[in-house]
Amino acid sequence: MIALEGRARRLGDNINTDYIISSARKRDTIDEHVLKQWLLEHVDAGFAASVQPGDIIVAGKNFGCGSAMEVAVTVILAAGIKAVIAQSFSRTFFRNAINNGLVPVQCDTSKFEEGDTLSVRLDGSTPVVVNFTKELTIAAEPIPEVMLRILESGGIVQQLKIHRLLAASHSTQPS
Amino acid sequence: MSARTISEKILSVKAGREVHAGEYVICNVDRVLGTDASSPMAIDYFEKMGGERLFNPSRVLFAFDHYSPAASPETAAFHEKVRAFAKRHGADLCDVGEGISFQLLAERGGALPGSLVIGADSHTVTAGALNLFATGVGSSDLAAAMITGQVWLRVPHSIKVTLTGTRTAYLSAKDVALALVHMIGADGAHYQTLEFHGSALPSFTLEDRMVIANLGVEMDAKAAIFPADAATTEYLRGRKVGLDAPVTADVNAKYSREITLDISRLSPRVSLPHAPDNVVPIEQAAGTQVHMVFLGTCTGGRVRDFHEALAALNRAGGAIAEGVQLVVTPASREVADKLRADGTLERFETLGAIITETGCGACCGTSGVIPADGMNVLSTANRNFKARMGNATAAIYLASPAACGAAAATGRITDPRAERAAR
Repeated sequence: MIALEGRARRLGDNINTDYIISSARKRDTIDEHVLKQWLLEHVDAGFAASVQPGDIIVAGKNFGCGSAMEVAVTVILAAGIKAVIAQSFSRTFFRNAINNGLVPVQCDTSKFEEGDTLSVRLDGSTPVVVNFTKELTIAAEPIPEVMLRILESGGIVQQLKIHRLLAASHSTQPS
Repeated sequence: MSARTISEKILSVKAGREVHAGEYVICNVDRVLGTDASSPMAIDYFEKMGGERLFNPSRVLFAFDHYSPAASPETAAFHEKVRAFAKRHGADLCDVGEGISFQLLAERGGALPGSLVIGADSHTVTAGALNLFATGVGSSDLAAAMITGQVWLRVPHSIKVTLTGTRTAYLSAKDVALALVHMIGADGAHYQTLEFHGSALPSFTLEDRMVIANLGVEMDAKAAIFPADAATTEYLRGRKVGLDAPVTADVNAKYSREITLDISRLSPRVSLPHAPDNVVPIEQAAGTQVHMVFLGTCTGGRVRDFHEALAALNRAGGAIAEGVQLVVTPASREVADKLRADGTLERFETLGAIITETGCGACCGTSGVIPADGMNVLSTANRNFKARMGNATAAIYLASPAACGAAAATGRITDPRAERAAR
């Protein structure tokens, strides 16, 4: 069970991974605690300084498009953000998020604004988002079982450590 | 057995059972690729996962392409880390100067029709030009595949893209690719494969197909796959390592969407700052001043691209316009060697171009030339996000090698079909 509460940080459509953290910044370090000072620098120069642990990113469609670079996920986590709610995600970002325990929630974010008070609960496969400011409760897109298992094990590192194989006791394998 | 797409057929073989779009499957991968940008982090995951050995060292290739060469002690340390790992585990290592990961896989005959390739580089989709399922992943999925030889995937639905009509002189594969990015949009191929069909395909060489497949990821496609035909056989001749298993879509295969593009009247395209899908016909951008022209990358860094650019530059006057910096970055050593052998590189050098080490070059601001403040860059690359080339005040325009060659000669965005008139 995952239960998060926080303040919405509103972003737009097609936020690519280079905007989350630029390729040039990560050339000399992949330490997310160093890189977080440049989080979203070309979208909002004040973002990194104003981010607070517990903040929840809210975005439009195709969040995390472009490069598959995984620091785009780890740098968000390093800033204390544990969930991203978006209209849709690019597939590589979605995978990387699940693999590292960042909760990617897909739902209609059109009414969400900067500063809204939000909660995200994941109990089972369907995340439930509450926007207290707008008095909205939204059942988000269910997270596929294969991803839920990874998220619930605490990420792909834990899953591999425990099972050694992706295929271990998996229901999608031929019976 | 019901009718299936190319994606469904390849993933069925790799999952060991018949699978269809929408199912989640665990597949055995044929090749695993890492770059100097993604592998250092993958090695960290590998170690945290308790990885002891690679599932099959001969199937794992690391290429130093994003930082080619290393420009700081920190980047050099990343290279050393990957070198040491590759040596310890027996993986293939392509050091600085060899080229871009999936380009090398293709050149060395490892990108085989019917196979499944994953690479920790989103542009891995490029290899789909060779009738295979190639897709990008992050560093943690790369690490898991290095250990297990497996990846989990949702079997994607496919968009059937039919190219019809006759290819005209000066129509670049890049123009077709940009036209598709515009039609489909930045997220229009979300979780789907682009599967190419149509009577116009024989007029696109394997290198052309790589250009089109490459841009698939700018539509968020999971893969972009061409059929295997004479061009595929020709490319693989003398290269092929292992057995290929060409895959054809069933006639009644179900597609999520069908798109037809008649290329007969397609004009050159330009992608305006700061989004790849911000595409207009070149007429609408013509005249825009250009300060830097970049020829290279996994989109426009192959032999055919440089020939096309040089021919257009020659037609447009044969000299580099004053105030224009022309940067030439071959995608791989094989490409550079061919360009050296046929005199293309010497010609560019004589013109005053900057010839850089092979690899990704200036594309993402990690090696090569950084544009100055306020510069307009015309590039054969695939992404024009703000700050992509390492300077947030530069404006990046994307176009074909022909349009880039013409602009190098005129100093302005120039329709490569109309250069003579423009002079």
